[in-house]
Amino acid sequence: MTVKTKPKTETRLMTGAEIVITALREQGVEVMFGYPGGSVLPIYDALFAADDIRHVLVRHEQGAGHAAEGYARSTGKCGVALVTSGPGATNMVTPITDALMDSIPMVVITGQVPSHLIGTDAFQEADITGITRSCAKHNYLVTDVDQLARVIHEAFLIATSGRPGPVVVDIPKDIQFATGTYIGKEGVHKPTYSPQIDPHPEAIEAVAELISQARRPILYTGGGVINSGPHASEALRKLQAETGIPVTSTLMGLGAFPASHPDWLGMLGMHGSFEANNAMHDCDLMICVGARFDDRVTGRIDAFSPNSKKVHIDIDPSSINKIVRVDVPVVADCAAALEALLAAVKHRKRKRPDLKPWKAEIETWRARKCFSYEPSDTVIKPQYAIERLYALTRERETFITTEVGQHQMWAAQFFHFDEPNHWMTSGGLGTMGYGLPAAVGVQCAHPDALVIDIAGEASIQMMMQELSTAVQFCLPVKVFILNNEWMGMVRQWQELLHGERYSHSYSESLPDFVKLAEALGAHGIRCDDPALLDDKITEMLEHKGPVLFDCRVEKAENCLPMIPSGSAHNEMILGKITGNEIGEAGRKLV
Amino acid sequence: MSDGSGTTAPAGPKSTYFLNHADEAVERRTLAVLVDNEPGVLARVVGLFSGRGYNIDSLTVAEVDASSHQSRITIVTQGTPHILEQIEAHLMRLVPVGEVVDITKSKRGIERELSLIKVAGSGEKRVEALRIAQIFRANVIDTTNESFIFELTGASDKISQFVDLMRPLGLVEVSRTGVLSIKRGKEKG
Ligand SMILES: Cc1ncc(C[n+]2csc(CCOP(=O)(O)OP(=O)(O)O)c2C)c(N)n1
Ligand SMILES: [Mg+2]
Repeated sequence: MTVKTKPKTETRLMTGAEIVITALREQGVEVMFGYPGGSVLPIYDALFAADDIRHVLVRHEQGAGHAAEGYARSTGKCGVALVTSGPGATNMVTPITDALMDSIPMVVITGQVPSHLIGTDAFQEADITGITRSCAKHNYLVTDVDQLARVIHEAFLIATSGRPGPVVVDIPKDIQFATGTYIGKEGVHKPTYSPQIDPHPEAIEAVAELISQARRPILYTGGGVINSGPHASEALRKLQAETGIPVTSTLMGLGAFPASHPDWLGMLGMHGSFEANNAMHDCDLMICVGARFDDRVTGRIDAFSPNSKKVHIDIDPSSINKIVRVDVPVVADCAAALEALLAAVKHRKRKRPDLKPWKAEIETWRARKCFSYEPSDTVIKPQYAIERLYALTRERETFITTEVGQHQMWAAQFFHFDEPNHWMTSGGLGTMGYGLPAAVGVQCAHPDALVIDIAGEASIQMMMQELSTAVQFCLPVKVFILNNEWMGMVRQWQELLHGERYSHSYSESLPDFVKLAEALGAHGIRCDDPALLDDKITEMLEHKGPVLFDCRVEKAENCLPMIPSGSAHNEMILGKITGNEIGEAGRKLV
Repeated sequence: MSDGSGTTAPAGPKSTYFLNHADEAVERRTLAVLVDNEPGVLARVVGLFSGRGYNIDSLTVAEVDASSHQSRITIVTQGTPHILEQIEAHLMRLVPVGEVVDITKSKRGIERELSLIKVAGSGEKRVEALRIAQIFRANVIDTTNESFIFELTGASDKISQFVDLMRPLGLVEVSRTGVLSIKRGKEKG
């Protein structure tokens, strides 16, 4: 057998559906997101009696998946979603892929047609283990009720450990009805699965040695630091305090290092800061922690940080040397590696080179004020809107989710995070429609906090029905739409790459968002006047229930700075787009 | 698998980059992949190769230990050193994969393949086919007045060579298992 269970763990007889609920309870699940259907009715029946597990009924299964992601990302716990077979399960494919790309721990339970009907093209049958094989970290089709408890415990173990990710458990309806033995989570383990947590001491020594000599070091951190838990952020801050190394982060890593810190360089990458990207390009030591050299981050790979030694700390060996060849690979959990590194650095007596000249150089880049924009008192600039939103929410514990597009980048640039787990965005997959359901998930976990989805008018229409979920469950999420009437990011690329031929990126017809909010039982606010913006934002913040805020902004604003695809980090567009920025090769890139 | 240190330790002060992987030489590798024999495991392995655009030259799989549900998959693949490193790392990432052994790199690898080869003909050609089969120590496992089926085990090259020799002598069809592998010496894996 693949799994040994210690005999002392509790074993009980119950139905498959009860096993599911009991296992979830034992895993500490307090909230799950789901949508019923024929193939999961037995589980829903068992859930009926389970007062201690809150089930949030979404309006579309994709919403359940993103809500589970938001819940997970904001708590560090595993998100759980429950959906029916066939269309319920296929609607989950996008969030499952999203969670895989961004390494979000999530267990998705799908109903399946009864065992004897599998393979017959039965009503609402979909081969969901086949479909999700390449987009889930792992998946199971349960064929024996006695294995069900083990499988669910194993699913949680795999989803939450190592590089986290989504795990799918597909349970045929007859298995849910059948009676079987429940086993506890104690002793469930998977011998072939053993992520490496602790770093190799020699690798840590090598990094410490590099740090002790570096004159122009940089810490390039990513979502892995957040995934690794609060200890990792803490260790990062301590290591930074000890060494004084400037810090930049990917979109996914925002909050691991406080944005208010003087050594914070801002986000790097395609729409990152001038100082972060130049520091990446000119550093002599790059310490990548829990990031993966995504193409949105590296820009032109052959011009990526040409003169630096590179260290890569990652729990996933396949991330190392995938895109960029590194000098010192460290396979380990971020927290463990950073703590070990801190100890090793402290242990070294030799004086490190003075970083003042390096930081002075960084200040000259910072002085370019790359995020500056032309203010206006007639039209709301999207950047201004986010600045005001940030300023007016500083007093409260605030969680931000986003959709995908320009607004997402402006949120990353103009909203600042001092703590991990407060920023939820779809980074790897770039899923429009993520933000609202994610906000629902976050608000479930943090009922008293302020949860805002910074949205675009196009993205919000992808999962807008989840506002109804927010209303039903009294989740006072705020949706702040930067309404530019355009798929702004698409428009920007068309301006940049396609000779201003704006093919199908303008929404000829948009809903009246205020009326829409009211129709769904939420509160709607509209603002198109910069002078009124503060008051309207305050109105939104003071409203007790969910709010849809239609913030009419400058329509043609571009999101800058920008490293055009195919360009290097030191070839950023800062001021205005002229149309000649991207060469032939760059045009072929995404 | 990587132990976290020294998977790559490029010499010299400069980092190396993959400016263009195409200028790296493509190598052929035989990998033994030890997996839990659970449903879908082969699909996961094969899907990994197709999904990430890696090559499979041959693949064999069978359960090798029924009591522990262990299967052994031998994959012959090709790629640049960078791709081959990625293939190993991604295989290890699959939950039911317990171990990946690079048979080629180990230098102690033994590779064998079994083949069944049907040759039809008469007269001179038939005699010649049988004569060559004897040289290659192939067994005749079926015969009619006009045909033979040879069973030949050996290194893949040897089988290919035999097949080439049979071609002008009335080769009808070939069935090959793909490469099986194991390492010399007393240790496992
Ligand atoms: C599901 C999905 N479909 C398509 C895209 C491609 N896409 C990226 S940004 C974008 C436009 C988003 O428009 P909007 O939500 O209004 O945001 P804006 O850029 O205007 O701020 C599109 C279509 C995507 N990321 N996700
Ligand atoms: Mg828009």
